[in-house]
Amino acid sequence: MIEPQDRPARGFDLAGLAIRRGERLLLRGVVLTLEPGQALTLIGPNGIGKTSLLRVLAGLLPRAAGSLRLDGLDPREEPEAYAARLLYVGHRDGVKPALTVAENLRFWIRLFGAETKGEARALAAFGLARQADLPAAYLSAGQRRRLALTRLAAIPRPVWLLDEPAAGLDADGRGCLADAIAAHRAQSGLVVMASHGELAIPDSRLYRVGESPKAPA
Amino acid sequence: MIRALFALFRRDIDLALKAGGAGFMALAFFAATLTLVPLGIGPEPALLARIAAGMIWVAAALAALLSLERLFQADEEDGSLDLLFLSPLGGIPLVLAKCAAQWLTAGLPIVIAAPLFALMLQLPSEGYVPLMLSLLAGTPAFFLIGALGAALALGVRRGGLLIALIVLPLYVPFLIFGVATVEAALTGVSFWPSFYFLLAGTLIATVLFPLAAAAALRLHLS
Repeated sequence: MIEPQDRPARGFDLAGLAIRRGERLLLRGVVLTLEPGQALTLIGPNGIGKTSLLRVLAGLLPRAAGSLRLDGLDPREEPEAYAARLLYVGHRDGVKPALTVAENLRFWIRLFGAETKGEARALAAFGLARQADLPAAYLSAGQRRRLALTRLAAIPRPVWLLDEPAAGLDADGRGCLADAIAAHRAQSGLVVMASHGELAIPDSRLYRVGESPKAPA
Repeated sequence: MIRALFALFRRDIDLALKAGGAGFMALAFFAATLTLVPLGIGPEPALLARIAAGMIWVAAALAALLSLERLFQADEEDGSLDLLFLSPLGGIPLVLAKCAAQWLTAGLPIVIAAPLFALMLQLPSEGYVPLMLSLLAGTPAFFLIGALGAALALGVRRGGLLIALIVLPLYVPFLIFGVATVEAALTGVSFWPSFYFLLAGTLIATVLFPLAAAAALRLHLS
């Protein structure tokens, strides 16, 4: 496995990126550079392509054109090394209701090759310490979201890709998330987040998705 | 990588056992099908003995098929599949881990229960060893082939039928060589040639189908 420190952290470098969904050219001409420690908030109306852009950044979707590099790595050429540098928290929480809160987190920690000892701290960071042994089936939607977010605290990765991470969170939960993001950036972590304004990251750059040159009709 | 593989393998086994999962369902289906056979055919021992191996193999194939619909579907619906693809398990290892866990919870109980039903269906005593060996060697292929069907049927409403249509024709060689292994022993010739064909088929399936299933999953994500 490739450790994150194997290559110098240079962040994201996107040029002329285009994304196609089915027959439709969703986005084109996306140009972005993001350096370690920076945060970027993707904004724009529903369906404009925020989630697709995040999934392309995660390497889950192929790009239609352009170049995409994270610390000099291209997800097409070195998918494992590329994926090993990031954490993705999507709309869907990936929580298994039959497992307990702690078992869910422990599975992710083992899956992504992190240290199991970070488990209790990560649960505490998102206010789930008391629910650790509760089956995840009993969690509310907001608590499930918190559980998905504990991955961020338990698995150290330089790049976070968050798709509306604050959806369903209460004020306390948003506070936990804001603290986690601040701590991550203080350690020169990089955050890309799609948001409808539920959560504002201080001095984050804004990117209006879809305002780059329109695709010809 | 090994740790991640083991983590997924263990989680899938946990889920299968906890949620009254696919494992028990497959065994129950296997048992129910085979219980119907003597009721439908009649209790004549000679007739039952002739069809015993074939019926057990067919029931095992259908029971395996039944357990396959949810192989990737649950992970796809709750977003776990994205995480699995971003993990060190990437494509093929995740398919292998899931198939192994599925075989252990749904396939192995069938293999273990098979002698009981062989007894019920009056299988002659020299058929037991080849029956067990052939099921051990052949049933993993049902799950490996099924993984491709399950991956292709992702996102299709009522995908179970589609899986059956994709997968059942591919089960045929395994069924033929599996039953031939038992038949050979019953007619007094060596059962090893058929058994080796079966084993070779499973090994080929282990190489080819996870590759194809991983590609189908990747295609589904994009």
